[in-house]
Amino acid sequence: MVAQDAHAHAAPQGFIRKYIFSLDHKVIGIQYILLALTAVFVGMFLSLLMRIHMIWPTAVLPLVGEIKPETYLSLLTMHGTIMVFFVLTTAPQGGFGNYFLPIQIGAPDMAFPVLNMLSFWTTFVAFVVMLAAFFVTGGAPLHGWTGYAPLSALQSAGPGEQLGADLWITSIAIFCIASLMGALNFITTTLDLRAKGMTMMRMPLTVWAWFITAILGLLAFGVLLSAGILLLLDRNLGTSFYVPLVVVNGQVMGHKGGSPLLWQHLFWFFGHPEVYIAILPGMGVASQLLSTFARKPIFGYKAMVYAIMAIGILGFVVWGHHMFMSGMSPYSAFAFSIMTMAIGVPSAIKTFNWLGTIYKSRVRFHTPMLYAIGFVSLFVSGGLSGPFLAQPVLDIPLHDTAFVVAHFHLIMGVAAIFGMFAATYYWFPKMFGRMMNERWGRIHFVLTLIGTYSIFMPMHYLGMAAQPRRYSQFTEVAYLSNLMPLNRFITYAAFITIGAQFIFVINLFWSMFKGPKASDNPWEATTLEWTTATPPPHDNFGGHTPVVYHGPYEYGVPGAPKDYVMQTDPAGVAAH
Amino acid sequence: MSDSPIAVEHGPELRHHFASVEQQRDAASLGMWLFLATEIMFFGGMFCAYLIYRMWYFNEFAAGSRSLNLKWGTINTIVLICSSLTVALGVRAAQMGKRKLLVILLILTIVFGLAFLGIKGIEWHEKYEHHHIPGASFDATALEKPPYSNGGIDPSHEQIYFSLYFAMTGLHALHMIIGVGIFAFLLFHAWKGRYTPQYNTPIEIGGLYWHFVDIVWIYLFPLLYLIDRKPLG
Repeated sequence: MVAQDAHAHAAPQGFIRKYIFSLDHKVIGIQYILLALTAVFVGMFLSLLMRIHMIWPTAVLPLVGEIKPETYLSLLTMHGTIMVFFVLTTAPQGGFGNYFLPIQIGAPDMAFPVLNMLSFWTTFVAFVVMLAAFFVTGGAPLHGWTGYAPLSALQSAGPGEQLGADLWITSIAIFCIASLMGALNFITTTLDLRAKGMTMMRMPLTVWAWFITAILGLLAFGVLLSAGILLLLDRNLGTSFYVPLVVVNGQVMGHKGGSPLLWQHLFWFFGHPEVYIAILPGMGVASQLLSTFARKPIFGYKAMVYAIMAIGILGFVVWGHHMFMSGMSPYSAFAFSIMTMAIGVPSAIKTFNWLGTIYKSRVRFHTPMLYAIGFVSLFVSGGLSGPFLAQPVLDIPLHDTAFVVAHFHLIMGVAAIFGMFAATYYWFPKMFGRMMNERWGRIHFVLTLIGTYSIFMPMHYLGMAAQPRRYSQFTEVAYLSNLMPLNRFITYAAFITIGAQFIFVINLFWSMFKGPKASDNPWEATTLEWTTATPPPHDNFGGHTPVVYHGPYEYGVPGAPKDYVMQTDPAGVAAH
Repeated sequence: MSDSPIAVEHGPELRHHFASVEQQRDAASLGMWLFLATEIMFFGGMFCAYLIYRMWYFNEFAAGSRSLNLKWGTINTIVLICSSLTVALGVRAAQMGKRKLLVILLILTIVFGLAFLGIKGIEWHEKYEHHHIPGASFDATALEKPPYSNGGIDPSHEQIYFSLYFAMTGLHALHMIIGVGIFAFLLFHAWKGRYTPQYNTPIEIGGLYWHFVDIVWIYLFPLLYLIDRKPLG
């Protein structure tokens, strides 16, 4: 151990530098997580209002009053936007990635700490601008999280399409800039700041997942940014990139000659990779946890790495499958369909390897492991409806029904959130130095698993029975009113599931201050974050850079003194 | 020992989380390349829009292109290429440690950048006077129609050409303004003698940015100005 020169890694003093405008990737990670936690409760509240309205259409609700059809569309838009951008994109990558990627590769910080701080605060500004859309004249926009033109491109298209829609687009544009800064930082850090011995093929699968996610973000968000700028020009400066000849209330609009399909292509060129931006970090966390708690090396590490890459690449060539409904050459639809189904191959490889990892192992069923298994379960359940929707001929009847709602909520929403829960329960001891309560963790898991399945599984049947998406009232239509019992069941399940989330929040904050003290390596895991103090010091490793001798998942190694070998353990190198 | 010390002798420019000056330079340079990748995707969205509408509305695009001022466009292209030369020479001067030469080259770059923006302003003003700015006052009647457009041109399609022209050159100009800002910053520090043969990364990555903005123009110029510029017969 060499004494550290005093100037090199002094932690900043003072509350503001330490906790608000901190340059420390760990503090920034926690800031991202808290932002996402706030956002997820806002989004959840909006979804609850929608579910209540579906089964009690005349009910007058707190805060929003009576729900008119356009109010419902605003709720839907803001629920989708907040959840996709400020929860699914923010927490797994910006939150956990920020905190653990540098530690897991043995770096003292991200490559560009100032940029890192800027990307968080830019995200924060984007969130404030997004929420502001609720409070302006006309209220929040109606155009859905996909912002389809011409609805989103004309001020006169609806009550929420005035200032609210401008704020919405501005917020998305700011968010794009924040995500681009973050992605750039993640990639540079992974490529340039790895500790000695940490070759690419020794990186934990979490790091691989964050790395590939960052590449997706790097290439996707720029396109959304330019699409958003063109949309703002259409709305405010009289261009018509996205607006064909449109008649609103019998009045011909000044624009014409543009094409709404251009928006759809640009949006989904971003939108489909965005799905993988949400789910890939969850896959990384699941791989890490299944191996750790099954006490077995991950089955097929290299295959896992190549599968993540394949998913990332294929994710960029399938955006057209969101647009089968929009009218498309059958040849293009065919190509997009084939590519979409091809994603099934790397996804199946990953699932097979996860099952191979826990096959015939003595699983330690701690709460994080339960969530990792839950992730695999939801990933399969949500993924299996994918090949159906990849067929244009099946997608056209199913696309505007609850079937698609069920599909993407299971795989992109709930599975990704299970990945976040797994990550929270797993890394909480390292982040805060205390353990979370196991019993309440398990209760939370059981309620959430059963609850989410109860919400989203029946939606497949609703969809096959042709219940449309985005409609606010079903009571007036004969064939839909027959589906009301099932809708009621879903809403009750939503109440219980949302209630269960308060168990999680209480457990989180209670354990932060009152939980039992955690040791440095409570799960007996091998990766670098478990070699350092709890919580890690300002420069992560207390003035030293670790040297790596092993791959990330050496569990159950024959002849080793313990059933696991730390990545930094110089002993036993000859055996490999 | 599983740990190795990272405390090494270094100058003040080395940030604490980097192990060495080389690592810091690699990271900064990689970061700029990645940023340029995002910029390619950013302009890519607009080039995609351009591609589609030019396929659909070729006559209108040809007519709009002919209305642009080829003389100023060409001069601006030359100005930008000259500025890239001064940037490239500036990087070399920084590497050789020639402070005075570096300062002169940076000033020249800024002058070329401002000249480009000035000429762009002249062109935009010309468009304004001819009512070619999209919006309520847009007027395409005076445009010279390509000889093969037998049905004339559709003003709303013509407006899309000019929308793209203003969006793309406008965002390019915004990048130029940012570039001039960056170079003013570099000039200040070069004046103070901060850049040495050992440490000149900011000049290098600032130069990368400048070259990129240049290359965007190298694409914009033919795509916007040179559609069907055969001698009119």
